[in-house]
Amino acid sequence: MGKEVSESCVDSLLTEMVASYCDRFFANKPELAARRIEAIGYQVGHQLSERYTMERPRFTDHLEAIKFICKDFWSEVFKKQIDNLKTNHRGTFVLQDNQFRWLARMSVDPSLENSGASQDPSDASESKATQATSMHLYFPCGIIRGALSNLGIPCAVSADVSNLPACSFVIRIKA
Amino acid sequence: MPPVAPRSGDAIFASVERVNAELFTLTYGAIVRQLLTDLEEVEEVNKQLDQMGYNIGIRMIDEFLAKSGVSRCVDFKGTAEVIAKVGFKMFVGVTAFVTNWDADGTCCSIVFEDNPLVEFVELPDTCQGLNYCNILSGIIRGALEMVSMKTEVTWTRDMLRGDDAFELQVKLVKQIPEEYPYKDDE
Repeated sequence: MGKEVSESCVDSLLTEMVASYCDRFFANKPELAARRIEAIGYQVGHQLSERYTMERPRFTDHLEAIKFICKDFWSEVFKKQIDNLKTNHRGTFVLQDNQFRWLARMSVDPSLENSGASQDPSDASESKATQATSMHLYFPCGIIRGALSNLGIPCAVSADVSNLPACSFVIRIKA
Repeated sequence: MPPVAPRSGDAIFASVERVNAELFTLTYGAIVRQLLTDLEEVEEVNKQLDQMGYNIGIRMIDEFLAKSGVSRCVDFKGTAEVIAKVGFKMFVGVTAFVTNWDADGTCCSIVFEDNPLVEFVELPDTCQGLNYCNILSGIIRGALEMVSMKTEVTWTRDMLRGDDAFELQVKLVKQIPEEYPYKDDE
């Protein structure tokens, strides 16, 4: 194990990065903020996967590369592996982390938790909480996309948090 | 209840949840890079990094006080020592020391060589005016403001610019008197 820093440093940095982009640089333009946050994640994922694969033979197929993300890569970044991997064997992979670290300490509006998927779109606090969560998720989505792109696999990555604190990342490999 | 004895920076660092420093280093690097793209002006990037640090510092002080058990620092001198010995250690695992005190004890330098923010970093010529680690000066300024000390924090040495160490000059501008009665839930 190399050098370490306290986890709260990373948490604070990520929270502040998301807040800066959403509330200051691109206030009222969430889609622009989202793109920047994803780009920062992409850069990080790209560099990390370069480092973690330095002494490995080249992956022979997509599944092997995805398994590397689930096991080695996830362990380095989150100290645990992905809990569940599913695929339709046509280029879509779903990676589920049952206790995703970066969401574990995020508070969710209680009204949202009680009502499940609330039907009332005018509920401002709900949409705000949902938006804050999704903004934070652009970063890990970017990390995965960056890591796979460094392995020669162009893809799109999205996140699904319909049953918190579990989080699923959906990877769609571009044909 | 007797006051909890202050804990050493090493002891706290050993007890907190820790993560791979590479993730931290590369994330910070990617943020700086993105800010340079979005804000274009190096001066503006310096300003925003400082602001981000300030926002982090005003929250981080709570965690610092809770985990360190440090009680009231008698004066600015004691405060600077605590930042260098306990603060740096407990968050980023590095050791810093305090030096270059002025005669009236309101200005000093925090010096360190090991800096997880700059691992793998080299500044290109176009970024010469960039204070790459400016988030750090903002954190110190923000944290101290929460304990009633208004400070100015500036970089006087920077290894990314060829110096032999990192040196932050911390100048106490004003000690804000605490206000009684406390307005919030004291």
